[in-house]
Amino acid sequence: MKNPLDSLDQTVTLGFVLTVVVVFLIHAFSA
Amino acid sequence: MDEIITYAWWVFAFRWFHVLSGVMWIGLLWYFNFVQTPTMPKIPAELKPAIGKFILPEALFWFRWAAMSTIVTGLILAQMNGYLLSAIKLGIGDHSPNITAIGFGMWLGAIMWFNVWFIIWPNQKKVLGLTPASDDEKKAAARLAGLTSRANTLLSIPMLYCMMSASHGVF
Repeated sequence: MKNPLDSLDQTVTLGFVLTVVVVFLIHAFSA
Repeated sequence: MDEIITYAWWVFAFRWFHVLSGVMWIGLLWYFNFVQTPTMPKIPAELKPAIGKFILPEALFWFRWAAMSTIVTGLILAQMNGYLLSAIKLGIGDHSPNITAIGFGMWLGAIMWFNVWFIIWPNQKKVLGLTPASDDEKKAAARLAGLTSRANTLLSIPMLYCMMSASHGVF
């Protein structure tokens, strides 16, 4: 399987996906 | 003068230097990932040494020291603001999304700083010939440095969300 980090587009997409995950974690950890 | 150079002014000054350093660090990170790396295959062979021998070493100097300046000024700023330890434990128990957000931002930034100083730079030194390495080792070092740089580009997106959201009222 190709490493997603080899693709700049996939890297940026994963960055935004991780942001959504982190936002959920911020709300969960500060509740 | 005492009315101007207050404690609040020093906090602001560290925030200013933190942002200046961070812009240089992430600006160069994005230059590597959005400009230099994708363009390298298109550059004629006789021109490639200009990048490898002149631009890359200079860019890496400012890149790694900007990363150092960013984390040092950031830690001082967090301490001056009184939330360093709370942020390190991700604000758990503090019931403050701002502290949790800056905590996640600090951890993401710290991981990125570690990647710069302990993975990217040591491997780039092999690529640049500053530390001895065989051709195979140079190839492997270039691959690892490149992937780690990409990982930092990925992490920079949520890191900046956390840093900005903590101070600019999204919560």
